[in-house]
Formats: sequence, C-alpha cells, structure tokens
Amino acid sequence: MLTGKTALVTGGAKGIGRAIALKIAEAHGNVAIIYRGSQKNAEQTLAELLAMGVEAKSYQCDVSDFNATKALVAQVIKNFGGLDILVNNAGITNDKLLIAMKEEDFDSVINTNLKGAFNMTKHVGTYLLKQRKGRIINISSVSGLMGNVGQCNYAAAKAGLIGLTKSAAKEMAMRGVTCNAIAPGFIDTDMTKELKPEIKEEILKQIPLKRLGQVDDIANLCVYLSSDLSGYITGEVIKVDGGLYI
Amino acid sequence: MVLEKVVEILRNYKDEQDLEVTMASTFEELELDSLDTVELVMEIEEAFDTSIEMDGELQTIGDVVTLIEKAIA
Repeated sequence: MLTGKTALVTGGAKGIGRAIALKIAEAHGNVAIIYRGSQKNAEQTLAELLAMGVEAKSYQCDVSDFNATKALVAQVIKNFGGLDILVNNAGITNDKLLIAMKEEDFDSVINTNLKGAFNMTKHVGTYLLKQRKGRIINISSVSGLMGNVGQCNYAAAKAGLIGLTKSAAKEMAMRGVTCNAIAPGFIDTDMTKELKPEIKEEILKQIPLKRLGQVDDIANLCVYLSSDLSGYITGEVIKVDGGLYI
Repeated sequence: MVLEKVVEILRNYKDEQDLEVTMASTFEELELDSLDTVELVMEIEEAFDTSIEMDGELQTIGDVVTLIEKAIA
C-alpha cells in the first residue's frame, strides 16, 4: 500500500509512534523514526523495521527546537532521497490540576505537542508543497475534544493541534497535500499507565467498548490516511476511542 | 541585476521561458496565488542567500526586488 513511499514518524521509538512505524513498514513504506530521549527503544524499533526489509533510520531530535527540526528534515530527505508522509506523533504529558500546574509544566507540553508539530509541518510541508503531493497526519487526542481532569496543558495542545490540522489542510489542499488528525481515546501505552488508577477506572466506565484501545487501532488508520486510498479526505479529525466521546 | 535573477527564477518556477516580467508586474497578473508567492520568495531568498520579511504587502515583482536589494546592500 505504501511501496516506494517514505514516512517520517516523530516519537517513533515507542508506544503509538512505534506501532505506526511498524505498520507503515508492513505496508512496504520506508520509515524515519525520530526520538528525543528513548535511544534504546529507538534502536530496538529500528532493528525491527530493518528486519521487515524496508529502508529505515532513526534520528535523535527535540521537535520543539525549530532549527534542529529544519536540519533534521533536510537530513532525512537527503538520506531517503525524498519524503511523502509526516506523522506528528511526538507527545509528552505532565499532568496536574490546573491550579497546581507550574508555568514550565504547561510550556513543556505545549512546546513538544503543539509547537513541535508546527515545526515539523513547516519544514516537511515546504518540501511536500513543491512535490505537489504528500500526507500529514497529526496524532491529537480525545482530551483535546472533551478536556480531561489534570490535563489542561495536554488537552490545550491537542485541541491546538486540531486547529493546526484544519488550517494546514486548507492551505495545502491546492498543492495535493492532505492533512488530517487522529484523536485516540485511551490507548494501552506507557503514557496511559501513568494515569492514576481511579482516573483509569472512571474512564473505562465511560468507554462503550469497555476496553482501552490498542496501539494498532491507531496505526491501522494512520496507514490508511498515509495511502492513496484516502486522497479525498483532508482537514478531518477521526476519533479512535471505543465510543468514549460520542 | 537583482531583477534579472528574480525574473530567471520566476520563469523557471512557472516553466515559461518567454514570460514578460517587469518591476510593475503583479503576482496576480502573473497568475501566482498566495502559496506561489511564498514559495517563490523562499526560492529567491535561497538564491540570494538572504531573508526578507514577507509580512508586508508584497504585490509586485518590484516589491520583492526592492526588499532583496535592501537586504543584500
């Protein structure tokens, strides 16, 4: 489905990003994974990707650093000879109730989850526009749609990502580049393991499908949105949340 | 000098080597939309190894040439 295409996945070393990278490889796409601190996970994921017979590389980069992302994108394009798909998945949490949240707790989450996506979209988008074809997929969250206790920073960043998605979709559509967002609900990853048990239990009660999502639930949709099959979809936000937010 | 280079970049961008361009030519007349303008200015910046502020009202090729001349002066 993605033969001959190259994808760049931020936060691709573990969790949802890792699953996305692997599913893209399964669809025969080449993959550049970006990690900030998870070097061991990145090495492991890279080994798995290479074992699948696709071209793959891992790069260390802090997506919140504008100049670093510019250099990174140039390097990836040079190494792979092109780029077709950007998946803005890198994200962190720093949960606290709003009144207990420090300025730096808010800033760090906004900088990685929202500004990081802007940085990557600007640099990759410039290339995709020239190419007159490309796919951008932003991993948002249902927290950005419905809010969540203890996550005012994360929810704000993820809601902002939806605005970024829709604006980029409108700006880039006339050049054949689509931009969509996936809004996962609660997915079984290290990130959701950090949630307090009582919050998790409360959430499970609210999910009609009565389970946490799996990373592949997100990755499968991401592959579809990366492919030619989704050519007429842009500016869309698709929830993958077991019915949590209907 | 700057105009000549800008015209060359513009002709290559539009892939029309006999395109008539003067300082007074507007982006609209040249059938360039806002995204074309941004892309073109980025190419021009790269060619002159400089950067110009795009937040002003860029309407004519002359506007770009003037900004580039100021930037490299």
